[in-house]
Amino acid sequence: MKARRILPGFGLAMGSTLLYLSLIVLIPLSTVLVKTTSLTGHQFWTIVTSPRALASYRLSLGAALAAAVVNVVFGGLVAWVLVRYRFPGRRLLDGLVDLPFALPTAVAGIALTTLYAGNGWIGRYAARIGVPVAYTPLGIVVVLAFIGLPFVVRTVQPVLQDLDVAMEEAAASLGATRWHTIRRVILPELTPALVTGFALAFARGLGEYGSVIFIAGNMPMRTEITPLLIMIKLEQFDYAGATAIALVFLTLSFTLLLGVNLLQHRARGVHGVGEPSGVVLA
Amino acid sequence: MSAPAASALTESRVVRWVLIGLALAYLGLFLIVPLVAVFAKALEKGLGVYWAAISDPMALAAIRLTLVTAAIAVPLNLVFGLAAAWAIAKFDFPGKQVLETLIDLPFSVSPVISGMIFVLLFGAQGLLGPWAAAHGLKIIFAVPGIVLATIFVTFPFVARELIPLMRAQGTEEEEAALTLGASGWQMFRRVTLPNVKWGLLYGVILCNARAMGEFGAVSVVSGHIRGLTNTMPLHVEILYNEYQFAAAFAVASLLCLLALVTLVAKSLVERKVREGSHEH
Repeated sequence: MKARRILPGFGLAMGSTLLYLSLIVLIPLSTVLVKTTSLTGHQFWTIVTSPRALASYRLSLGAALAAAVVNVVFGGLVAWVLVRYRFPGRRLLDGLVDLPFALPTAVAGIALTTLYAGNGWIGRYAARIGVPVAYTPLGIVVVLAFIGLPFVVRTVQPVLQDLDVAMEEAAASLGATRWHTIRRVILPELTPALVTGFALAFARGLGEYGSVIFIAGNMPMRTEITPLLIMIKLEQFDYAGATAIALVFLTLSFTLLLGVNLLQHRARGVHGVGEPSGVVLA
Repeated sequence: MSAPAASALTESRVVRWVLIGLALAYLGLFLIVPLVAVFAKALEKGLGVYWAAISDPMALAAIRLTLVTAAIAVPLNLVFGLAAAWAIAKFDFPGKQVLETLIDLPFSVSPVISGMIFVLLFGAQGLLGPWAAAHGLKIIFAVPGIVLATIFVTFPFVARELIPLMRAQGTEEEEAALTLGASGWQMFRRVTLPNVKWGLLYGVILCNARAMGEFGAVSVVSGHIRGLTNTMPLHVEILYNEYQFAAAFAVASLLCLLALVTLVAKSLVERKVREGSHEH
């Protein structure tokens, strides 16, 4: 350990950090555990495995997963186009990619719902080909794809920028076709960033509430996400029930966060680079 | 050695334009069309309706509450972010990794759960509920609850931005200042603060955008009392659910403007941060 205590203020900074962290984050979060202990094991199990709860986990996980896959494909494409190609309006688009981070979720929710409703600008064409979007699970995937859009782009972009073109030249001079180089040289380099972006988008989509409730239709068993189920239980003053489901959901999110951190740790060890900027916004 | 053929180093013209076209179509559909839709719907019934919606007393009360909430949450998280970054980036101590993970925690909590924990703590049946009631403190379904939930969800922004920046800058400059006889406070004001000012501003911009836009967490603790505990995003929801679409989108358009201003400020500051970190 380095002797860095020449600088002043460690005690004050550390003390206030721990106090503030405890008051704002740790004590409030611990209420979830405390409240859950008011239930017996059997009661807890009955609540968290009720058909309505199970249907909501399936929907939340499924929709977040589908949206994260969409984000990997299109986020990867957008990152590639923004880094490698030059075209008019590129800088503007690059700035706009962060819109889902900056736009309040409720605004995203009502805007996308209006667009994709049966009489909306986009929804009317979707309905004509027999694919209704709003008030179906597909609508949830659409808003989650919007919410998660920046994660993959912002994790892949810096890696792509730092990628050594010499490797591609080497591959090409050894006779590889462009498609070969992309698949064998570029894609493996991008994989850790793609996986991190995927996990971040997935984690964000899992917990998302504001934008989803407008487009989902919110029918129990069909289009009711887990955060909404928690909200409904709170509104019915069923605090124990809400907490039990929240505990299951928190465990899921924290496992994901831990996974992302491990991934980043490994990626940093390999490449010696800093954290991708998108993570800051998670 | 012969130079590799150009076709092996870049995609053909056709492929390039197809990819650009696809990316543009995707971003256009997902980012630009929704933005245009918000303003189009807001102005659909004319400027008069638009103006009436945003100058309505309930809308003004919501705007005021949103500003007040951000004005409390952002400075608190700024001070905390500076303190946390100072301790984590400039000193070594056991458990640092754990502390960093704990600071990140609010990012991985669903907004609804972020609000719920304050109901569990201060609600009528909450752990501290009876205590708060005995002291005449109204926290849940009142402004303090909204502020607390907002502080929770925006907790990591400033610290997350400052920690890597201050770590990269090291401690030499501060040590030099101390050697030259500066007091701790002088060192902080003349050396540390100027070094991190752009990173700090960056964190504040993001923190503020989230504080003003937060919906789920605030929705749980607010109780939706019009004119009293309604923030702008909650006001948008109420108007929308009452089928007052033009009014809902009018208020939403203000939040869109906030988002656009945030994006512009963010990319300006981003450039400064990059320049700053290259100097070190």
